[in-house]
Amino acid sequence: MNEIKTPRGGSNYQWVGKNTPRPDGVDKVTGRARYGDDMIVPGMLHGKILRSPHAHAKILSIDTSKAEALDGVKAVVTSADIPDHPMAQPPYPPIVNDFHDISRNVMAREKVLYDGHAVAAVAAISEEIARDAIKLIKVEYKVLQHILDPREAAQPDAVVLHEDLFTYGVEPKPTKPSNIFRVMHGERGDLNAGFAEADLVIEREFSSQPVHQGYIEPMACIASTSEDGTVELWTSTQGHFVQRTLLSKLLNMEMAKIRVTASEIGGGFGGKTTVYAEPLAIRLSQKTGRPVRMTMTRSEVFRATGPTVGSKTRIKVGMKKDGTITAGEAEIWYQAGAFKGSPIGRAVDTFFSPYTVANCKAAAYDVCVNRPKVAAYRAPGATMACYPMESVVNELAKELGLDPVEVRLKNAVKEGDESLMGTKHGRIGLVEVLEAVKEHPHYKAPLGDNEGRGFAVGYWLHGGGLSSAAVNLMDDGTLGVATGNPDIGGSRSSMRAMAAEELGVNVELLKPIIADTGSLGFSYLTAGSRTTFATGMAVVNATREVIDKLRALAAKKWDIPVEDVRWDAGQAIATDNYKDIKPLSLKELAGMATSMGGPVAGHSEINASGQGATFCAQLVDVEIDPDTGFTSTKRHTVFQDAGRAISPDYVEGQMQGGAVQGIGWALNEEYIYDDKARLQNTGFLDYRMPVASDVPMIDTVIIEVPNPNHPYGVRGVGEPPLVSGPAAVANAVENAIGQTMSDLPLSPPKILAALHAQAAGDD
Amino acid sequence: MTDRHAGSGLKSRGTKTLQDMNYEAPTSVEAAVAALAAADDEAHIFAGGTDLLVQLREEMIRPSLFVDIKRIIETRTITVDDTHVRIGAAVTGAELSEHDTAKTLLPGVVEAVELIGSAQVQGRATVGGNLCNASPAADSVPALIAAGAVAQIAGPNGLRVVAVEDLLAGPSRTNLSGNEFVVSLDIPKPTTRSADAYLRFIPRTEMDIAVVGAGAAVTLDADGICTASRLALGAVAPTARLVPAAAMAMIGKKIDDTVLASVAAAARDACNPIDDKRGTVAFRIHVAGVLAIRAVKIAIERAEAK
Amino acid sequence: MARHLINAMVNGDRVEFVCGTGQTLLDVLRGELHLTGTKNGCGTGDCGACTVVLNGRPINACLVLGAEVDGSEIETIEGMAQGGELHPLQQKFLDHAALQCGICTPGILKMAQAYLETNPDPTETEVRFALAGNLCRCTGYDKIVRAVLDAAAEMRASET
Repeated sequence: MNEIKTPRGGSNYQWVGKNTPRPDGVDKVTGRARYGDDMIVPGMLHGKILRSPHAHAKILSIDTSKAEALDGVKAVVTSADIPDHPMAQPPYPPIVNDFHDISRNVMAREKVLYDGHAVAAVAAISEEIARDAIKLIKVEYKVLQHILDPREAAQPDAVVLHEDLFTYGVEPKPTKPSNIFRVMHGERGDLNAGFAEADLVIEREFSSQPVHQGYIEPMACIASTSEDGTVELWTSTQGHFVQRTLLSKLLNMEMAKIRVTASEIGGGFGGKTTVYAEPLAIRLSQKTGRPVRMTMTRSEVFRATGPTVGSKTRIKVGMKKDGTITAGEAEIWYQAGAFKGSPIGRAVDTFFSPYTVANCKAAAYDVCVNRPKVAAYRAPGATMACYPMESVVNELAKELGLDPVEVRLKNAVKEGDESLMGTKHGRIGLVEVLEAVKEHPHYKAPLGDNEGRGFAVGYWLHGGGLSSAAVNLMDDGTLGVATGNPDIGGSRSSMRAMAAEELGVNVELLKPIIADTGSLGFSYLTAGSRTTFATGMAVVNATREVIDKLRALAAKKWDIPVEDVRWDAGQAIATDNYKDIKPLSLKELAGMATSMGGPVAGHSEINASGQGATFCAQLVDVEIDPDTGFTSTKRHTVFQDAGRAISPDYVEGQMQGGAVQGIGWALNEEYIYDDKARLQNTGFLDYRMPVASDVPMIDTVIIEVPNPNHPYGVRGVGEPPLVSGPAAVANAVENAIGQTMSDLPLSPPKILAALHAQAAGDD
Repeated sequence: MTDRHAGSGLKSRGTKTLQDMNYEAPTSVEAAVAALAAADDEAHIFAGGTDLLVQLREEMIRPSLFVDIKRIIETRTITVDDTHVRIGAAVTGAELSEHDTAKTLLPGVVEAVELIGSAQVQGRATVGGNLCNASPAADSVPALIAAGAVAQIAGPNGLRVVAVEDLLAGPSRTNLSGNEFVVSLDIPKPTTRSADAYLRFIPRTEMDIAVVGAGAAVTLDADGICTASRLALGAVAPTARLVPAAAMAMIGKKIDDTVLASVAAAARDACNPIDDKRGTVAFRIHVAGVLAIRAVKIAIERAEAK
Repeated sequence: MARHLINAMVNGDRVEFVCGTGQTLLDVLRGELHLTGTKNGCGTGDCGACTVVLNGRPINACLVLGAEVDGSEIETIEGMAQGGELHPLQQKFLDHAALQCGICTPGILKMAQAYLETNPDPTETEVRFALAGNLCRCTGYDKIVRAVLDAAAEMRASET
């Protein structure tokens, strides 16, 4: 529980670092909070999508006439209703939003490229009629050969998904289309010299399967359009401003005419960062002149929305007897899904970045396969690269008789070191995290029969970027705090705590809200663990503007220079030169504001940077049933540098939730396809996320090495636990059975097969 | 908790629209049989709904009619007489686990039914539904077979009785005709020093379909010699199956490790599983032996404790 | 078209609605009665987000037909706070930060409430198994389990 280590500087904050009440809490425990599917609009229609049963097929024809003729059906749309766009051209940014691809992902055009690909959509007066109607749409397909494995898809003779895709960034320029969109590299030092210097070199291959974000709320939205061309969209999203941008470009509409309101969001974890049904709902609404609600079923969510990438990896690492990592080389193939754009840059950056490896090289391939287009998932691209590296480092340490944590300390990156993609670290907390692991009782606790302990550390560079905030003072001294970032896990509490801390007033006087896209400056996604850092900074700025205006108001009232007014503990105070002037409270100033010049408000629009890196280490104990290969997680401790925990309970919650997602990824979660590349586990029954009885209490140790680039020292928190989690669990399994394992998930059949192979080898 | 994609044996996908679908809740066995007789072959008996409504949602069925049998007294009651425990087909898992006598007499059957789904599913899922959904992995079925259960079946010609192991025809298929339904299950009351047990393997601790299930019933004499035994396996063949060779290995013997090894071997020999999203052939065969031993041991402990 | 006229008690109120055969209790609660506090997470009984209490038992509203509930009593999350006072479970969920996104919360609260009525003094393991039918992807369950145990303790104390 809530153990907080603060190596540098304490704090006497009144609200920051305290567990303040959650502004949206009561609404969420009473069922009052409104999520994507909870909006009911008079006259609304129900939309439903017809999806492809084939993984790869040419669309020969689509006949919608019978569906259109069904009583109660108001409109049908196909790809003909979605504008086409030219392919994006180089140079490509790290994340490519190619509208050529997006238009084809939301509605298949020439071909279907995965099981579940949308081919048509209907709007009807009831959900039952909509479901009946899509069965009446006749689609003629010519089934093509499919491909699922990224390394096979990367071969020159592989069946190609896109005839117009040529690998970018290789010389000479290819003349044949390929499934490889691009290759990213990172390199430093002299690899051969580095391996020559090593006392032990281990080379291994690994794989991981796509896993889904698994948010409990399916995608849901309602679009309402007007004959004057305006669109109102209510949707469950991690970024309504980004949605507006995507929709405006995709549908060739003016941005100002699209107003997006973010509903409460029932989980996202990166999965709700793009558009799926929204453009279809808008088109159906435009065709019918009525609001259209679209809610995916769970099987639609699994079949057609981004899981994260599956991967194949080859990695080679050299270590000296003293634990120094002398060289590392890695290649990784990522399944982008049907369209290019997997997080390969993050893979290159992740492999060696916790360590000061002098000689290393990493390459990552972005490969298209007949699976749904990947979406971000909690530290996108990092987990699959962290696992092979941490596994091999553990194996090297074991072979050389070294302590796994000491090995990490020996190679730990510090301020001034650089990641492989060139990020120069500021003040970071890896050493403090590792020291906390060594001091923790879990580290040396005895293990029972068939038990094993795993350890891993993960690196993650958070997002910064564009954020906006407005703070509005009301006549009675209460305040509204508006930001443009959907609150997934309690960020409104943190926004409010920081604003209250600045003002020196009770948090209860502040009401934080998420503003719609018409009411505030642009705000990038709630993603990349950026909200408390970047949007928090905008809130602090906006609050400081309010404070400055209140100081000016007091100065005017007192008729003294504003420089002579300071703000402290919720009041304007004249400097010691004015002993007779009594301070004016926030409430008093609020009451006089309108009559003395006008309303008081502050706003801030920033491009935040300096978010820095975070490290998260995990210790996991598992027990294996040697007769069945069943794994149970017995003990799990997460150590993470949070910079500053604004809301410690919710920081812990992020660490605990990330850890349990890591357990699921390591042990049971995976996308399973049949021989026709149809997804077999389209529900929570067979997509096995951990349930409450699968996991123990998750202990947390929050380390606070404040980020010098944030007014309260905040670093991101949400993603790092999932970087190292699967590696730590997998390592625990390896130690329990005394064998290396290399293919996630480590489900019971794989563990039992490994145990049997071991027994056969022993005989 | 339905076994989705269970096989091709589901009734035809149907061309009915959702709007055409109907629902009836007769209050007598005769009325239910009449409703089935009057309907086309896309009518479905509806009990707990925990499989059917999933199949409806997943577009695996389009019934013309749901005949809800929960308002029929015979399907809703548990009775115990001198020779049998009778469990109504529409008795829910939660109701069965609250029935102290049933739990004492047939702990294996009750624990098998309790394993079906979550607490919420337990409030709805029925013994008869789990049987007639005919999933090869249904938890209650190996336990019912091991305990020697027979089904009371109502149809146009009155009642007939079929042993549970003979009721199942394949994945999602039973030997019931379209106008018949299971009213109740009769299970012989165990004698002294006779007990049953059920175990299953799933990759998580809850909320999964069995990858392997094993039900065992044993009877011991005063000296601890096994005088009768039944072992049944689930999820390792198209239907749950009785393993007579395992019983043969136990009867007439005191059950020691050598006998248990023979039981495991017999169990593994009886397997004819498939590779699928839940497990591999090799895994299922091995674990069938493991669970057979474990289930028999529990049944013996229970029998000895009587 | 097969439609059914149904009378039921929902959170103590007598309600009457008409539903099609294919509509589940969840469809009816949300779509016809506009009680959207009961959430739709999967529609197949695997996530527990739609847990309500039907005639005294916690069930998945997505696995019950609307047509079946004539004459039944149904309790949903909207009826859990009484007279402006949060139920102890609701308060403890807030105190323990036992929710992040909150989508699973109504279902977990209803399940926990029903469970504590049958077992007022559960162990941690018992709570975990009782809640195994309620998926939460955010919290890792730790704070949920603590909140339920704490609420149970408080409810026991107020009974005596």
